Formats: sequence, structure tokens, C-alpha cells
Amino acid sequence: MGANLRRLVSWEGFLLGILVLVIIVNTSRAPAYLSLTNQINLFQLSIEKIIVALVMTFVIINGEIDLSVASVMGLAACMIAVLFESGVPLPLAILAALIAGVCCGAFNGLWVAYVGLPSLAVTLAGMIGYRGVARILIEDRSIGGFPAWFTALGQQPLLGPFPLSLILFAVLFALAIIILQFSGIGRIIYVIGNNAAVARYSGIDTPRLKLGVFVASGLIAAMAGVLLAARLGAVRGNTAEGFELDIITMVLLGGVSIFGGVGNLVGVGLAILVILNLRNGMSLLNVTGNVQTGVIGVLLILSVLLPNLVQMARERLQRRTTQRKEVQVETETSASS
Amino acid sequence: MSNRTVRIKVKTMTAWRQRIRPEQLRELSLVVLIAAALLIFGWQIENFLSARTFNRIATSVAIVGMVAIGQTLVVLTRNIDLSVGSIVGFTAYFVGSQLAANNAMGAPVAVALAVAVGGLMGLINGLIVAYGRVPAIITTLGTLAIYRMLLINYANARTVTVDSLPSWVVDFSRQTLLSIGDFAVRPLMVVTLATVVVFQFVLGYTVFGRRLYAIGSNPEAARFAGLPAQRLVLIAFTLCGMLAGLAGFLFLARFGTITAVAGQGIELESVAAVVVGGVNTFGGSGTALGALLGAFLIDLLGQGLLRWLGISEFWRDALLGLLILLAVASDAVILGWLRQLWQRGAEVNHGR
Repeated sequence: MGANLRRLVSWEGFLLGILVLVIIVNTSRAPAYLSLTNQINLFQLSIEKIIVALVMTFVIINGEIDLSVASVMGLAACMIAVLFESGVPLPLAILAALIAGVCCGAFNGLWVAYVGLPSLAVTLAGMIGYRGVARILIEDRSIGGFPAWFTALGQQPLLGPFPLSLILFAVLFALAIIILQFSGIGRIIYVIGNNAAVARYSGIDTPRLKLGVFVASGLIAAMAGVLLAARLGAVRGNTAEGFELDIITMVLLGGVSIFGGVGNLVGVGLAILVILNLRNGMSLLNVTGNVQTGVIGVLLILSVLLPNLVQMARERLQRRTTQRKEVQVETETSASS
Repeated sequence: MSNRTVRIKVKTMTAWRQRIRPEQLRELSLVVLIAAALLIFGWQIENFLSARTFNRIATSVAIVGMVAIGQTLVVLTRNIDLSVGSIVGFTAYFVGSQLAANNAMGAPVAVALAVAVGGLMGLINGLIVAYGRVPAIITTLGTLAIYRMLLINYANARTVTVDSLPSWVVDFSRQTLLSIGDFAVRPLMVVTLATVVVFQFVLGYTVFGRRLYAIGSNPEAARFAGLPAQRLVLIAFTLCGMLAGLAGFLFLARFGTITAVAGQGIELESVAAVVVGGVNTFGGSGTALGALLGAFLIDLLGQGLLRWLGISEFWRDALLGLLILLAVASDAVILGWLRQLWQRGAEVNHGR
């Protein structure tokens, strides 16, 4: 198979194909679909999730998982709301929320990197525990009434037609690509994800890097929580609940292996576009949110199942052809003797 | 510590090493923890050691405990099932609406229906994981959403109400089979206890059970030994689904009123119970009894701490998170240390 052809049938090529298909179907149903305002709106509706998906890519390629991100988002949002309500100036409250995010990430990271506990269990505890702290803070209230500049930052365009969150996403995406695909740190993250033992033996400070990735995950999640509070204008105990499913789906659909070491940000970027456009298209068809989540669930499973099935079929085919060859060789040798 | 004292310690350990495995020690420590919690709460909180507290905890543990037994089977094989909450909700609603539509349906048919529906959903999980080679966390994260979507579409914003159900369903959870003083033995708890006994036996003493441990503790070695790993994982997921279905029936019997959000969050509670109960998330160790004890301890601490410290219900999740972390950490650190001692004991034995 030629290199060009192989690139076309690669995972990114597959995602690109689906994306084009979804966009064509959507545009044929709603002509204004591809307009800049609709595209910005479509990003805006899930901007917090896709920001966290960027850092989740780092976590999963590193061979770990962070189930607590949605709870950190909720905790950060609740913190600024509660602090603001008790009279703390908003910039200070935002800073406190970001610090809380760093603390959550560091707490996860310490247990995973230095004690050696499985990240699945640690961040599951974090997912329940951080949400619990948010509930202690806000109880069953809903806090809103933020100053106009704060909600405007979340809802109004800042630079041309682009709101702050979208600009932040673009900057972070560029930064993430540079770090993960073009820097030494990025390469080390891949190495650790591929084979942590090899990384350790080659003198890499694996625990410190893992800690760093979890701290980044907490910080970015807290930032996304602040943005979410600004966009929604009101915060409750269940803000951002269940977001981890969507976030992890985006990363895995992007071709990142749950076992670490495989995948890249281009794939994740394409997967984000596919999911956003698919959700928007389903909304145009009046499909409810639950069904949309179900469809994303199907997509998540298929994204791993289909390549596996193809590979299994190929293996079976190969085995059959080698068997046939063996039979041929055997008959030839018996004929010659 | 001098070499000599180590030698002596190891020698005394070898005596009971042969009789007790680390996992059994884990169950014992859970029992001790539960006893300590009961003593402290009973001493500090007025009227805590009453039949009312016991009955309340027993009823709520019955459902989570049932799901946790199934979760144990799956976690033993190095997998996880996050879709159990959706399975519980779906079967509770589905069986409830069938009973509401057909009041003449008997109890055996209703239970069989719940187990069959749950088993089918578990079978789908198992097929995708074992034969599609999709990691369990991805598969069940997906089916968590898919099964919930099926329920929401099927329910269509309607609710199964107590009045529409035949009277035996609700009686089932309120009935008292046997009462010792004020302590009532309710059918819900009996069903779960019976299931624990069955699976404690299956895991400990049957070929199937031992094979589950084998593929969990070392999948490669199990494959080389010729164990049908794919089929075993499929069976574990199917059983987990069946038990979740049975839990769905218990859920229906306990609450009577079922909406489309029924059972949400049970997946996390069951994983928490399993982890606190000493089932290793890397597979290969843990028991059904441990999972039930874990569920019991979580509920006991939740109820007790809230009343003792006089804190609000909102503290529950934060405490639960901390508890899970402590359980996993102590599991890794203490059991790791114990296993080292065990191994050293074995080496000393071997050397003689």
C-alpha cells in the first residue's frame, strides 16, 4: 500500500470523511449552517468541554486517565460563586478557583505518580470527592448575579466576532500542539505512555512529569469551570456534572489509545469538530439531548470497535492465505519427491 | 531491625500464612472497622444502635450490595462496568411498566423478566469487550449513555407509580420475614445475602470462579494455560448484568415510584463498594463478601458521621471520595507490604 493511500485510510482521514459528510448533510438542511455566526455559536455551546479535552489528550497519551475534571470544573464554578457572594472581589475569587484547580490536580497527581495508585481509582475518588466539596460550599442553592463584565466576558464577542473562550481555545490548541508534537516534553509524554519502565530506566523523572500533567489538567479544568460560570451566569451544585463522558469521548474518538502512547492532537481536533457538528446537526433535526448523548456513546464504542474488527478480519484473511501457501508448498514438495 | 528478629518474625508468620490469605485478612479488617465504627457511633450518638438504624442501612445496602457483587465479578477480570446504574434504572422501569400494564403477572415472571433484560444488556457489554476487544471502560461508558437513552425514550417522560403496581410488589420490600426484638429481617436483604453466599462459594470453590481470578491476576499466563479468557469475560459481564437486573427489581420493590433517572449514580456507588471492599482494580483479588462489607461500611460511615458530627447531608460525597481514596491507598500500601512478608515467608520455607 502506498504511503499516500495509507494516510488517506488513516484514522484522521476517516474522521475527515465523516466531518465532510456531516457538514454536507447539515448544510443541505439549513443553508445558514456554515455561516460564521452559527459556527461560532456551535463552538461556544461546548467550549469548556473542548478546552478540557485538549489537556485530557495529554493525560491519556501519558497512560493515565482523569475522571475528576468535570467535578473540578464544578468546584471552580462553585468557588467563585460562593466567594463572590460573600463579598470577595471577583478577580480574587477567580484566582482562588484556579488555585483550587491546581490543588485538586496536584492531589490526584501525588497519589498516582508518587504512591503508584491506579489513576482510574484515584480520580474516581476525586470525581466524587471534589463534587462533594462543591456541594458543601453551595449546598442546594443557585448563585448568580455576577457583575456585567464577567458575564459579558463569557457571552459577548471580545475580538471581532470571537468571544474570549474561543480565543483562549485557539491559543491553548496552538500551545498544546507545540508542546505535545514538537517539544522534548511531548516526546517524553509519549515515551511514558508507551512504556513507563523504559522511560524510568532511561533516566526520565517519570513521577514529576506525571504530576505536572495532572496539575495542568486540574488548572485547565478550573479555568474551564470559570468560563462556564461566566457563560451560564449562574452556578449550581450539579454544574458540569457528567461532562467527563463527552470530554473522554472526544479524545478517544480522535484516535488516542486508552492504553497511552498513541494518538495526536490533529485527530482530537478533528474529533471535536465531528462531535460539535454532529450535535448541532441533531439539534437542527430536533433530536433531544439524551438521544444525542446516546449517539455519542455509540460513536465512542464504534470508534474502537470498527478498527478492531477490520484488523481481526485482516488477520484471519492473512492466516488463510498463509495456510493455502503452506498447502501449496507441501503438495509441491511431495510432487517433487 | 536485626536480621535475626526478621527471621523469627517470618517464622511465626509462616505458621498462619498457610491458613490465611491476604484477601481474607482484608475481609477481617473490614469486619473490625465495621465493629469499631458501630462501637464509636453507639457510644457517641444517642439511640444509634437501634433497630431503626439497622433496618434503614440494611434496606439501602441491599440494592447497592447486589450490584456490587456483579461488579466484583467484572473487576476480578481486570475490567469495569460503568453501565450498571443505567441497567438498574432500565430494568426497574421496564418491569414496573409491564407490571402496571398487566397486574396479573406473577412474581417469578417479573423477576425472570428483570434478570433476562439485565442479562441481555450485560451480554452486549461482554460481547463488545471480550470479542470486539474494546476496553471495558470505553464500552461501558458508551453503554451507560446508550441504555439511559433507551430508558428515556421508552419512558417518554411518564412515571411508574406505586398505585399502578400490584400490591405484592410493594409488600415485598415492607414485609418482615423474621423479627428478633425490633430487628426486622426484610426480604430485600435476604435476597442479597443469599446471592452473596452463592457467589462467595462460586468464586472460592468452583473452576469457573478460580479461572476468573486467574485471568485477572495474569491474563497472559491464563492464555498460555489455555483458559478461554474471552468466554469467561463474556460470562462475567453477563452475570453482572443479570445481578444488576435483579437489583433493578429490588429497586422497583423498594421505591415503587420509578422515573427515567432511576438508578443514576449506582455505578459509582458499586465501584466504591467494590474498592472499599478490597477488590483490586487491577484484577485478580477480592471477594463478593468483601464487596458487600464495603457497601455496608460506606453506608454505616455515611449515616454515622453525618449524625455524629452534626454535619449536613451535603458532606456525604466529599466523605465518600475520601473513603475510596483511603481504601485504595491502604490496599496498595498495606497489602503490598503484607504480600512481601508472605513472599519472604515462602522463600524461607523454600530455603529449608
